[in-house]
Amino acid sequence: MNGFSASSPRWRLKTPSVLPGFGLTLGFSLAYLTLIILIPLSGLVWRTASLSAPEFLAILADPRTLNALKISFGTALAAALINVVFGCVVTWVIVRYDFPGRRIVDALVDLPFALPTAVAGISLAALYAPNGWIGHILGLAGIKAAFNPTGIVIALVFIGLPFVVRTVQPVMEELDREVEEAAATLGANRLQTIGRILLPGLAPAILTGFALSFARGVGEYGSVIFIAGNIPYVSEIAPLLIVIRLEEFNYAAATAIATIMLCISFAMLLVINLIQTWSRRRYGHGA
Amino acid sequence: MDVRVSSLRKEFDRYPALNDVSLSIRSGELIALLGPSGSGKTTLLRLIAGLEQPTAGNIFFGADDASLKTVQERNIGFVFQHYALFRHMTVAENIAFGLTVRPRGLRPQKAEIRRRVADLLEMVHLSGLEKRYPNQLSGGQRQRVALARAMAIEPKVLLLDEPFGALDAKVRKELRRWLRDFHDRTGHTTVFVTHDQEEALELADRVVVMSQGQIEQVGSSDDVYDRPNSPFVFSFIGDSASLPVTVEGETIRFRGEAIGITPSTGDIDAGTLFFRPQDVVLPPPGEPALEGRLSACRRLAGTRIADLDIGPPGAPHHVEIEIPLATTVRTGASLRFRPTRWKIFPHAA
Repeated sequence: MNGFSASSPRWRLKTPSVLPGFGLTLGFSLAYLTLIILIPLSGLVWRTASLSAPEFLAILADPRTLNALKISFGTALAAALINVVFGCVVTWVIVRYDFPGRRIVDALVDLPFALPTAVAGISLAALYAPNGWIGHILGLAGIKAAFNPTGIVIALVFIGLPFVVRTVQPVMEELDREVEEAAATLGANRLQTIGRILLPGLAPAILTGFALSFARGVGEYGSVIFIAGNIPYVSEIAPLLIVIRLEEFNYAAATAIATIMLCISFAMLLVINLIQTWSRRRYGHGA
Repeated sequence: MDVRVSSLRKEFDRYPALNDVSLSIRSGELIALLGPSGSGKTTLLRLIAGLEQPTAGNIFFGADDASLKTVQERNIGFVFQHYALFRHMTVAENIAFGLTVRPRGLRPQKAEIRRRVADLLEMVHLSGLEKRYPNQLSGGQRQRVALARAMAIEPKVLLLDEPFGALDAKVRKELRRWLRDFHDRTGHTTVFVTHDQEEALELADRVVVMSQGQIEQVGSSDDVYDRPNSPFVFSFIGDSASLPVTVEGETIRFRGEAIGITPSTGDIDAGTLFFRPQDVVLPPPGEPALEGRLSACRRLAGTRIADLDIGPPGAPHHVEIEIPLATTVRTGASLRFRPTRWKIFPHAA
């Protein structure tokens, strides 16, 4: 390292590597990201920029906007948290036990990926509505599980589950049995082993799953609108509000809300990423 | 704490990994379980630890029937081949783990735990590394952390599964000496598994040679090397050569020819002759001896090894012997030799 920096003090784009194709792949990645992500998003911001600052703030301060954002981020957060717990249990069952139908359970997990979200939304709404199978039973217990924020959370839990399972699964499969056995020989019971050995090892993967599930939940539209009831100030999500503004030909307001969502989401994902980098550096790889 | 294993049997999916094994280990002994892979040595160790449940048989720690206890209750120290350190914990946290998971009443004070960790680190010569994470340590250091962690709970018995298997030759040798020292200082009953016979013979008070789920022989290094009690032990430990022979009265014959040695017991009439490469002499011409064609000659450190083909040219028996350095023989020439120490085992029934 020293010899290298001495011979070329100049900053370089890349460090010499035996892997070929750096220029080509970087170029492709940048072009691709620009076309697919960067240009559309900057279009969004540019469109928002047609608003003056007071106008923008007025849209932001509109109680309907604020409530929609609160509902969107709040329900996505709740759903992601539920998915972390639920998803880890499902992953544990799939990875750790061999039982008849394990492969079917494994395949079922991916269904929310494949199903059109509207189909999911309609079936969930039918099931959880007060006159549906499950909604009826919940109704007896005094719980209303559709056409309110609870319904939104149910839809988002459904949509987000595979993200947690599929990110945690490979890491859990890699877990070394010997480490658990070591904990047992040292006198740790199962709960202590899970809490102090297994979960910390899975934490980075769980965090990734949480982030993906959360991000998906914030942006979800199709399944939610069928079960949410879409009552302004109560169960109206931000993406729906954007569509409503679009239908009113109020493009500026639509893009303003979108931009705010974008900023909040970006900030949250960035924080999650930083936490991950920190935990990776701390726990190290390989070993 | 002495450990007794009686009629232990373990099946994995109906396949017996351990078949009717009995063994008693004296308190403070250092025992090696030696055998090729698949011989059941690791299974035996894991059964003693309680990481596996026996299909049949019992394990006693002193007078207690340990078979009825869980891993957690057995209070054993187990060191894994790949260390199995908790990589999200520092060295100090790893070592303290066994103490911190104890129920509140039995858990030592924080200061006491810190003191114990410091003592243990000192004992394994790793003082100053308590803040490191396992992935910042070398293999030998990790192994010693694993040992310190196992010792922290003051185990009754220390069990080590291929403790040096993943280390390079030099570190392995150092740690071997260090472990012997450590054992002599602490006096724990220690059982370790190895497939490296040199390690077993050098380190252990007694060696348990295992093959195909059974114990072949238990004895000191001298016993198993000089007085092997089965063809398996003879060929597994050290270098050896074997030839089919017949015994007629006072003479041992190979392919009908007397080879100049006499049997010690007269109750075998045919069997396999085993001897070690270094236990041979080159007799003067005229005396009865074994004769072979030299196929290759190698210099090995301070000795010269001759590869000989004995018997019919179509299907010769291959034998290696040590010959004096000064001997000069051309490849293809014939060489006569006679074992000085040997053992005949009857053919397997």
